[in-house]
Amino acid sequence: MESKHVNQQIAAMRRSFFDEEVLDEKFSQLEQLEGKDNPNFVEEVFTMYFKDSTAFLETIEEAMKTIPIDSIIVDNILHQLKGSSASVGANKVLKEVNKITRQVLGKGNLEGTKASILKLRKEYDSFKAKLEPYFQLKQANSVAQVK
Amino acid sequence: MNSSSGKSYMSTASSSVLWKAGGDVVADQFPAGLRVLLVDDDPTCLMILEKMLKACQYNVTKCNRAETALSMLRENRNGFDIVISDVHMPDMDGFKLLEHIGLEMDLPVIMMSADDGKNVVMKGVTHGACDYLIKPVRIEALKNIWQHVVRKRKNEWKDFEQSGSVEEGDRQPKQSEDADYSSSANEGNWKSSKRRKDDEDENDERDDTSTLKKPRVVWSVELHQQFVAAVNQLGIEKAVPKKILELMNVPGLTRENVASHLQKYRLYLRRLCGVSQHPSNLNNSFMNPQDATFGPLDLQALAATGQLPAQSLATLQAAGLGRSTAKSGIPMPLIDQRNIFSFENPKLRFGEAQQQHVSNNKQTNLLHGIPTTMEPKQLAGLHHTAQSMGNMNMPVLSHGSQSSQNNPLLMQMAQPQARGQMLNDSTVGLAPRLLSPRGQSMLSNGMATNVSTRNGVPENIRAPSYNPVSQTSSMLNFPMNHTSELPGNSFPLVSTPGISSLAPKVAFQEDVNSEIKGSVGFMPSYDIFNDLNQHKPQNWELQNVGMMFNSSQHSNSLQGNLDHTQSILVQQGFLSGQNRNSTVISKAMFSAGDSTGHVNAQNSNQHLNSLLDNTVRVKSERVADTAPANLYPDHFGQEDLMSALLKQQDIIAPAENNDFDFDGYSIDNIPV
Repeated sequence: MESKHVNQQIAAMRRSFFDEEVLDEKFSQLEQLEGKDNPNFVEEVFTMYFKDSTAFLETIEEAMKTIPIDSIIVDNILHQLKGSSASVGANKVLKEVNKITRQVLGKGNLEGTKASILKLRKEYDSFKAKLEPYFQLKQANSVAQVK
Repeated sequence: MNSSSGKSYMSTASSSVLWKAGGDVVADQFPAGLRVLLVDDDPTCLMILEKMLKACQYNVTKCNRAETALSMLRENRNGFDIVISDVHMPDMDGFKLLEHIGLEMDLPVIMMSADDGKNVVMKGVTHGACDYLIKPVRIEALKNIWQHVVRKRKNEWKDFEQSGSVEEGDRQPKQSEDADYSSSANEGNWKSSKRRKDDEDENDERDDTSTLKKPRVVWSVELHQQFVAAVNQLGIEKAVPKKILELMNVPGLTRENVASHLQKYRLYLRRLCGVSQHPSNLNNSFMNPQDATFGPLDLQALAATGQLPAQSLATLQAAGLGRSTAKSGIPMPLIDQRNIFSFENPKLRFGEAQQQHVSNNKQTNLLHGIPTTMEPKQLAGLHHTAQSMGNMNMPVLSHGSQSSQNNPLLMQMAQPQARGQMLNDSTVGLAPRLLSPRGQSMLSNGMATNVSTRNGVPENIRAPSYNPVSQTSSMLNFPMNHTSELPGNSFPLVSTPGISSLAPKVAFQEDVNSEIKGSVGFMPSYDIFNDLNQHKPQNWELQNVGMMFNSSQHSNSLQGNLDHTQSILVQQGFLSGQNRNSTVISKAMFSAGDSTGHVNAQNSNQHLNSLLDNTVRVKSERVADTAPANLYPDHFGQEDLMSALLKQQDIIAPAENNDFDFDGYSIDNIPV
């Protein structure tokens, strides 16, 4: 019963991610890679993703504070974020990253991107806040189910 | 045996080799087990990609630094089938890594990036990436990466085949079969493949295992001639596979085929250069497209005729010349000529000019580099012979490739042998096709067979193909072997294994005479060979010797070109039937430049023998198989040979007489 309820909860959470377009089909593909031998694959991936991305964002934010802004660092990080976010299916985060990248390329002026970076930070934090409880719930549920 | 063995070899090789590089044979489950090296500095992507690749049943090794990846590849060259790398990496640019891998390991590399800008993708293409994936990478994209591995191997295989056609022969004792398929062992591969190539049917074998289907391209004499012509037209320096391919305009031929063949050709040329001491003339001529003077000339003519034994002659000559060092000029041409032969129809080298040369008489080339002026007729004759000889020669060249086809060069070589000079170097020349290394052996083979091991062990060199005849003269028997048993006489002419075979066939017909005239050295060989074919047990030995002799050293002894000629003539003399021998020999001698005219046949013989010794280098293995008697067109009787020889000089009417009119056929004719 409990597990059933929890399962439903988990499923609902998951569905909402797609509905809100926080996640895209890449996430589903990752889920398909999960198997009996690695049931927590997706969670492991996301754990790694959050760890790296948090560090990236902090680096970008630091870089934006320096004068002049080191564009190379910013470029590299944006590139990294783009790749990893795309790979995990972090849809909205990816969109923000792309926006900033276009701005940087177009204007060549990193000052103007500060606002965008703030937005990126917000999206990312929101994303993380949603996914982490999801995985925790899943983890707890699977343990409970085993019992 | 080549064929059969080759075949079997191929099949097994193909099936097992395919993924055998690392030692794991997973051919049957292909593409499962594909060994992928994954390089990406992003841990998240790395994890995801690894998982996806594993889901495709690939064998994945991941690393997050380019340096690590490179060292892994270097340590274990055959440990991976394909590399997937990210473009943006902190320690090394992905493109740089791509370059390194391409140069050092020649593995297919797939680039990846979140960046999908056209420029970046273009960069990937220009740097040689076989594919470019945009992140996020879908698993579907990864499922098909095996195609790049297959494609690459297929191309490599093709290259092997092509170049190997000549050689395959016996030359290679089943070399590492695995090598064939692993991308890394290119040369080795082609050798093996070549071996197999003797028989065209080997192709089938290869297809066994995987989806690989490698149509083999056999570089027939004609094809090679076309190739050489194209190369000459473009200029050896500027000859790039693409242009050569365009010029050749052969349907079904790919750039890769041409590229591998060109590679071999170049090696062959280089070898010739190295051989001939007096590189300048001969080699140059040979090497330079322009030079057609000597080598190409005759060869061309020869080639034109048919596989141009002249070429072989030239090559032989060139080779001989080169080797003999003695005569700077002359030998070279021979060598070139030989080269020409080696390359199936060296004639290309000389350019079409040769043909004309051939017609005229002074084909000296062959001898000294003398452009094998084998008159076109001769060439034709040679060609004819060459064709048959080709078989013969080929054997010599290509590992005893029985398939004469493969040895079109041989044939040619054989012919050139007549040139005498070539004989010595024939080894060099003959095998050109074979791909230098092979060629050498081939030549030797061809020659050796006749010549019996260059060193003087003339045993019938060419043993397999050449007929045992050669043995007699120890060396001389070069390629002549093909001729079905060269008439006992070890057609020394054959110094260049290839040549000998060719010689007989080629020009001997009537052209031979002309050749003789011009090439002094060569012609005889042709004739001789032809005769041999005819089975004239004449003392080909002498002739061969002469030929061989000329090529290598004779210069010293004989007088350089003359020697060649002499030897050739001598041989010719033999060919013509014993009776003529003396005459011929004299003539040969005469023409050789020394107009010693009647150089004592004996002397010449001796010389020839010695030459043969030198030239015998050829590995006898090949010779034997050549087909048969193709060396000398049957119809080449001694008389014919003589005529041919005579004709060569000036397109003389087939004069049976022995007087070769070596008119002015001084060794100098070498149109180097």
